[in-house]
Amino acid sequence: MVHRKIRFVAPAVLFGWLAMTGFSGWASAQEAPKPAEAPAAAPAAAPAAEAAKPAEAPKPKIDSGDTAWVLTSSALVMLMTLPGLALFYGGLVRRKNALSTIMHSFIILCVISVQWVLFGYTLAFGPDIKQLIGGLDFLGLKGMNGSPSSYAATIPDFAFMIFQAMFAVITPALITGAFAERIKFSAFLVFTLLWATIVYDPLAHWVWGGGWLQKLGALDFAGGTVVHISSGVSALVAAIVIGKRKGHGKEIMAPHNLPFTVLGAGLLWFGWFGFNAGSALAGNALAASAFVTTNTATAAAALGWLFIEWAETGRPTVLGAASGAVAGLVAITPAAGFVGPISSLILGFAAGIICYIGVTKIKAAFGYDDALDVFGIHGIGGTWGAIATGLFASKAVNDAGADGLFFGGGFGQVTNQIIAVGASWALAIVGTFVILKVIDGAMGLRVTDEDEVAGLDLSQHGETGYNL
Amino acid sequence: MKKVECIIKPFKLDDVKQALTDLGVHGMTISEVKGFGRQKGHTELYRGSEYTIDFVPKVKIELVVPDNLVANVANAVITAAQTGKIGDGKIFVSSVEETIRIRTGERGEAAI
Repeated sequence: MVHRKIRFVAPAVLFGWLAMTGFSGWASAQEAPKPAEAPAAAPAAAPAAEAAKPAEAPKPKIDSGDTAWVLTSSALVMLMTLPGLALFYGGLVRRKNALSTIMHSFIILCVISVQWVLFGYTLAFGPDIKQLIGGLDFLGLKGMNGSPSSYAATIPDFAFMIFQAMFAVITPALITGAFAERIKFSAFLVFTLLWATIVYDPLAHWVWGGGWLQKLGALDFAGGTVVHISSGVSALVAAIVIGKRKGHGKEIMAPHNLPFTVLGAGLLWFGWFGFNAGSALAGNALAASAFVTTNTATAAAALGWLFIEWAETGRPTVLGAASGAVAGLVAITPAAGFVGPISSLILGFAAGIICYIGVTKIKAAFGYDDALDVFGIHGIGGTWGAIATGLFASKAVNDAGADGLFFGGGFGQVTNQIIAVGASWALAIVGTFVILKVIDGAMGLRVTDEDEVAGLDLSQHGETGYNL
Repeated sequence: MKKVECIIKPFKLDDVKQALTDLGVHGMTISEVKGFGRQKGHTELYRGSEYTIDFVPKVKIELVVPDNLVANVANAVITAAQTGKIGDGKIFVSSVEETIRIRTGERGEAAI
């Protein structure tokens, strides 16, 4: 472990300067290019073309461009899990656990795709019950027929459903980095199913499905709370409950294939355009705006991580650049459709620095073995992004959003964001802890020491990743 | 007959091979090995976790030569592989009792 002091000064000064000039100088500039089209997220927005025709009834009509973009985005988000996350995580573990780690992402894609169709979607997006959970009207997708979605009027209900399915898939897949290299495959399967049902589906309902956080006015464009805080905080709980890897802190646990990890980070970045820009649920100006903020924040975060690491350790690492990019993607997620480009740059750059500290300092200080830094990047990055949304949001960017603290909105939005963060943390901590304890009692979470030393590829799957 | 084992820095392999073939050495065996001597290892840093890598990569060259060539071989290797910095490697010389060419069954120096 390195014990050199962080040299914050340079990045901190740069951040401060950006913050000050950014708000005074660019705030007004951002107001100028207001999207001509009514910003989406308002499901009732009728396509402009229809206005020309004297309408008999304002019946929502499916738009082929919107549908094409959302379906494309669904495929992009699928790519984030497999092979994006599979490679990102697969490269970070030791070679004896490469396959098992890749398998986690692969099998979650399968398990949650089935769970979502059977009952996950209806729990999250079924008719609201007391702002807590969705009703069972869409059990097995009953009653869905390709008509306009009640969540996005210009796309079919199936398009919205499958787009959301891919979010439900990647969220538990993110957690797998915390218990990688030591969890029993059977226990992992049960955990995935229970966690998706008990933690993810209700939280998605709270934030997007008409639940209490949505009513409160908390902003989460593409899943900062639902996806990143929930997975990151659950990962922390999982790392603590399952315990450290055997030999942690004594043996070398260096990544076995960083080119995999960089390839995975690249695919995550690519797929994230579907995740964030796709969350406009239409092919419109808002989607383009979210695309731009996503790319900008990611680039800035990679640089932020790289510079602080370089200043502190003397070496700018490839893993640092890749990790910083993912931290930026995480942090911009809740803000993507609510902030302007310069705000996203500041938000991202800060995310790179904050997550670097999370991964290198906070983890070392507390000594938990979050094997692949899910909490450091998704938990901390997600929390920063959710709060930063309350700082940087601007109605000039999206009418359906709000004005944040830095754009004249006062503390109201920040407070809402903090409530949403707190609720997500609470549900993730309690839900994950209970699920893991029950599984541990019923079937055991960990493989035996012997199996752990042999590696999960061999002991759980009877295969080896490399026969070279 | 003597066996000469040289542990050298990997980037010096081509120079050493050239120097040896210039001397008239007909064959050699090389392998990629890891080890440490006075150079010790190096450290690698992954997201703040520092690992000390004790064993540094080296190349081992093995060749068997007639007794009268040993001094020249050793000198050629020293000249070609030397950088003057710690970690240049070692040369070990040992006696070989017998050499046999499998194809023909020849024995002794003729088989080298």
